[in-house]
Amino acid sequence: MIDIPPYPPLDPSNYDLIVVGTGVSESVLAAAASSSGSSILHLDPNPFYGSHFASLSLPDLTSFLHSNSVSPPPSPSSPPLPPSNNHDFISVDLVNRSLYSSVEISSFESEILEEHSRRFNVDLAGPRVVFCADESINLMLKSGANNYVEFKSIDASFVGDSNGELRNVPDSRAAIFKDKSLTLLEKNQLMKFFKLVQSHLASSTENDDSTTVKISEEDMECPFVDFLSKMRLPPKIKSIILYAIAMLDYDQDNTETCRHLLKTKEGIDRLALYITSMGRFPNALGALIYPIYGQGELPQAFCRRAAVKGCIYVLRMPITALLLDKETGGYKGVRLASGQEIFSQKLILDPCVTVGLESLSSLTDQQNETLSVLVPKSMINKEKIARGVCVIRGSVKANVSNALVVYPPKSLFPEQLTAIRVLQLGSGLAVCPADMHVLYLSTLCDNDDQGIKALLSAMSNLISLPVPENRQSDSVVENDTSETKPILLWRALYVQELVKGEFGGTISSMPSPDGNLNYNEIVESAVKLYEKLMGSEELFKEETSPAENTTEEENDGGVEIED
Amino acid sequence: MHGRPRKASKPEEEAASAAKAVKLRSLQSQFMKNHHDKIYTEEAIELSTKLLEINPEAYTAWNYRKLAVEDCLSRIDSDPNLVNSIFDEELRVVESALRQNFKSYGAWHHRKWVLSKGHSSIAHELKLLDKFQRLDSRNFHAWNYRRFVVELTKRSEQDELQYTDDMINNNFSNYSAWHNRSVLLSSLLAQNADGFMPNERIPDEYDLVHSAIFTDPDDQSGWFYHLWLLDQTLNVETPLLTSSWPSHGSTIILSGAGCLNGSSSKFTTFCSESGSFPLILYFDQAVGGVSSSTVTIDSELKGNEDLVWEPISYKNSQVSCVWVTHLKYVSTDLCEYKVKIRVGNSPGIVSSRGHNFRAPYEFVFTAHVHDTVKDSQEGIVSWTDGFDIWDAKSKDLNSLITLDQLQAEIDFKWRQEAIDSEVECFGILSDSKIGKLTLARLLMAREAMVSDDAVKGVRYEEILQLYNDLMALDSSHYQYYKDEHSVAFLHKMTSSSESLSRHLFRYRGMNNLVCLRLNNLSLSRIASVEKLLFVQMLDLSHNELHSTEGLEAMQLLSCLNLSHNRIRSFSALDSLRHVKQLKVLDVSHNHIGKHSVDTTRYLCSSPLSNSEWSQDDVGRQNPGLVTKYWDAYFVLRDLNLKQLDIAGNEISGNEFSSFVLQVVPKLVWLDGQKLGN
Repeated sequence: MIDIPPYPPLDPSNYDLIVVGTGVSESVLAAAASSSGSSILHLDPNPFYGSHFASLSLPDLTSFLHSNSVSPPPSPSSPPLPPSNNHDFISVDLVNRSLYSSVEISSFESEILEEHSRRFNVDLAGPRVVFCADESINLMLKSGANNYVEFKSIDASFVGDSNGELRNVPDSRAAIFKDKSLTLLEKNQLMKFFKLVQSHLASSTENDDSTTVKISEEDMECPFVDFLSKMRLPPKIKSIILYAIAMLDYDQDNTETCRHLLKTKEGIDRLALYITSMGRFPNALGALIYPIYGQGELPQAFCRRAAVKGCIYVLRMPITALLLDKETGGYKGVRLASGQEIFSQKLILDPCVTVGLESLSSLTDQQNETLSVLVPKSMINKEKIARGVCVIRGSVKANVSNALVVYPPKSLFPEQLTAIRVLQLGSGLAVCPADMHVLYLSTLCDNDDQGIKALLSAMSNLISLPVPENRQSDSVVENDTSETKPILLWRALYVQELVKGEFGGTISSMPSPDGNLNYNEIVESAVKLYEKLMGSEELFKEETSPAENTTEEENDGGVEIED
Repeated sequence: MHGRPRKASKPEEEAASAAKAVKLRSLQSQFMKNHHDKIYTEEAIELSTKLLEINPEAYTAWNYRKLAVEDCLSRIDSDPNLVNSIFDEELRVVESALRQNFKSYGAWHHRKWVLSKGHSSIAHELKLLDKFQRLDSRNFHAWNYRRFVVELTKRSEQDELQYTDDMINNNFSNYSAWHNRSVLLSSLLAQNADGFMPNERIPDEYDLVHSAIFTDPDDQSGWFYHLWLLDQTLNVETPLLTSSWPSHGSTIILSGAGCLNGSSSKFTTFCSESGSFPLILYFDQAVGGVSSSTVTIDSELKGNEDLVWEPISYKNSQVSCVWVTHLKYVSTDLCEYKVKIRVGNSPGIVSSRGHNFRAPYEFVFTAHVHDTVKDSQEGIVSWTDGFDIWDAKSKDLNSLITLDQLQAEIDFKWRQEAIDSEVECFGILSDSKIGKLTLARLLMAREAMVSDDAVKGVRYEEILQLYNDLMALDSSHYQYYKDEHSVAFLHKMTSSSESLSRHLFRYRGMNNLVCLRLNNLSLSRIASVEKLLFVQMLDLSHNELHSTEGLEAMQLLSCLNLSHNRIRSFSALDSLRHVKQLKVLDVSHNHIGKHSVDTTRYLCSSPLSNSEWSQDDVGRQNPGLVTKYWDAYFVLRDLNLKQLDIAGNEISGNEFSSFVLQVVPKLVWLDGQKLGN
């Protein structure tokens, strides 16, 4: 843990809301609440913004993962003191929960990386992108946070297979037209399907049900994969739609292992998001964009917005204890690592913050009730997400810098249960030095080994992994094929727990980064929580910022997100 | 802009536009005064700038500026800097006017005018165009201007082709880009530029357009381009001789008027009163320059030294597919003459697209001249009875319809392969209307190319079925499909001597003349005439014909039955004026005279353009009737009819009958009644 520098005491010491952690959902909430006039103290134990959504230099990422992966011994210096009784309230010590496991970080060309180490902005919760039409963009536009971030397009998306082939995802009319690998009949079928979806969407928004073709109610309730079969789409195209456009994780054809069998209704919603994303901003190339300097820019943008509206920020400031009312057991405030006690109506916490089970035993029922959202729940069938970060020299596809690659279930090896998503980002996004790329990989898994195995399989498909010293002899033939593959310079593998957020009246806990490619669910959960806290008041309602149309003549491929 | 709905204007917008109109009107009147008084001061020019920036469509203002520029230039001493600044100002005004309305003809034209003066840099122009084409990639003004700039900058056609690639990749629903591509490719293919040999390039283009068509069959632009490609594939540039009468190796029997008994081969017998017979050449495309120097005739028939060749074309043009001349013969004792024709012996036969008839072609036939007893009996020709099934040996028939084959082209093979692969390709898209139509067109093209008798004609049934489907599916284009169906049917019928012979009969009434009976087939258009040049008696009754277009090539035709069709006027019979042998015409039970407005009359020479009719006897005597029945007058006047049936039309009646008798004094039978004279 970071040594706390001496801090001047905070003034005032009483707030409407204290938010701990500067992840995406906490930041959205802080920005929304401060714009509606609440007084807020926003804290983060780390020296940077973003919490689990931060973008960090390689050494910072390494140390963050290491420090958040092993459970620290409960209260190292002082054994849990009996809750102090010196005031009208009692204090309960907090324990940090570690989200990460199986962390393995290896560097293959340390000198080069050290030389450039500060030029990396590597995401903790990658791969993650923004869909042009998704909820996070809407919120940014609504709140004005878009003024603090700039985006660029993801140039291409591909579907990978076990032969190392990367095929373009034909996701638009122009892409279908250009695609060389689809047969004419497949082009026809795929476009027909897209048109059906579009006409369905048009009919549901415009209410003229007479002329347009709609998908029947019955079809909407059946599994999406069955609907695609009914549309007589060949398996190749089904797989593209399910995993590279609707971005599903689980094998929809395997009812035993599929945790989430998507209904047609949801599938159409996902396609709708993709389709509306494609055309939203004229200067975006496709559906997906990514913030320059890394995804850590997003929570930061909301924080800045909040600060403009009067929210107070303190970094490097963990909270050590919660203060509860002795009589009622209700929440009163928190104790900071600096020792200062701060009070608020409500408290919102980062998913890492929990209470130790041992400290609960001495508390009253009411006090336990107040803390209930902070008690780690033991879950059966715990779903996790395995993540990988690679720094490579070269690109997985010639002439393409920023690209998404999807490996549908079973595409790499027969036991592959979930889709593996890979996002390559280049120096154009200011996330790494020129001539290098950062590769993010993720896949859902039931256990660490399964997830890591899948990620390694995808990695070896895309990049030439360093050959162990003893097996270098027979690699002459291999060299020929791996010549064009990019070279691995640095790698991190880790498995992250998926923690759900919880609303608990006065104390609420935020979710950890989820397993999705975008921010939709994260932002939605923040919006829901805001509505509960504020009694369904609309977010950023007065922020209809006059269109600051800075029409640039030529821009360098940056995406202007404006209404 | 394309595909963007127009918004209804709000009241406040309307008020604003009204205010704008007031301002514009005062500007306009000030400007007109300046223009009228030839005032070219700085303020006056500035005024026109203001006017154009509000209303780029004020083309008078553009012209004024041209005058003003010329005035300025005349006053300064050709200081290059000053000259440049004058033109740069013009470019700037055009640009801001285009920002207001990038579809302003005047503005684009003005820009062309400025650039053509050669004082301004053109480097900036393509960049400007990129901007406008990004706004609307289908803006044809921008595309036009682009071609102008490309020509000025001498940018290579290959680079421009690449540009169309980019535009099409960006959005293939861009008819302008496809069109420009076809223009560029036509030029590159014609030059035989490196990498642009038709046999290599056209198949690549098919691949490209397939992607567009299959991705979105509802988009028209790809289909248009496909049609163009198909034309490039089928269009053999060099004109070829398709058929002739008499045909190569045939023997014809020539006799005097009307009768001949005991002749073995009836349909090679030609009777003529005038002592001459037609020689018909049928080319695959309209050609000009057929004359006694380009076509030489070598025969013992006397008096045929300076033959006059006549193009058979209802448009009075000097190019035609069909050329005819008349060879004289003398009916003496039984005589046999060999006639040898050489077509294209010396150059001069040129297609309307400017390609020379390259491969000289020679054919030979034998003419027997019979001197026969004149039989002046002029009986009525009846279409209802007197027909016997014709029991021809197909060998006999072969000599008539065996056509002069398409001369083997060196690059014929790739065309055939291209069409074959197209047929295969569009088989899977035949659930849409345009898919069906394209498949039908492709199959027709394929049949036209097939020379192997074993597979010839096998797909006509499929073609007919496709057109039947289309007629049922797409009623708004019913007539087009109907016409195409007729064409396919006639192609099928003439594709083999066997199928043709099913429609051949002997007519007892006319010396056992062979009659082609195509009645009751719901034909709406005539086709395959090149294979029917021998026909002298033709029954087209009970069909759906609107016109006789195409029949003009049948120079031997003497009896024609068009009763129970949909002929709406005599001008629809205009092509028959070329058929000088026609004696018997039945147009009863049509719609002649029913419709007062007749669209087909535009095809016919108008009475106003013809000065001779007032000098004509009938015209002088009866100007009222000629004015009333001018279309009938023109057609009937040029024919030598003996028998005419007109009953069952709106036009028929006593007045018209008496008019007919004046125009055609030699008429013997009218509506089945023998005329007493």
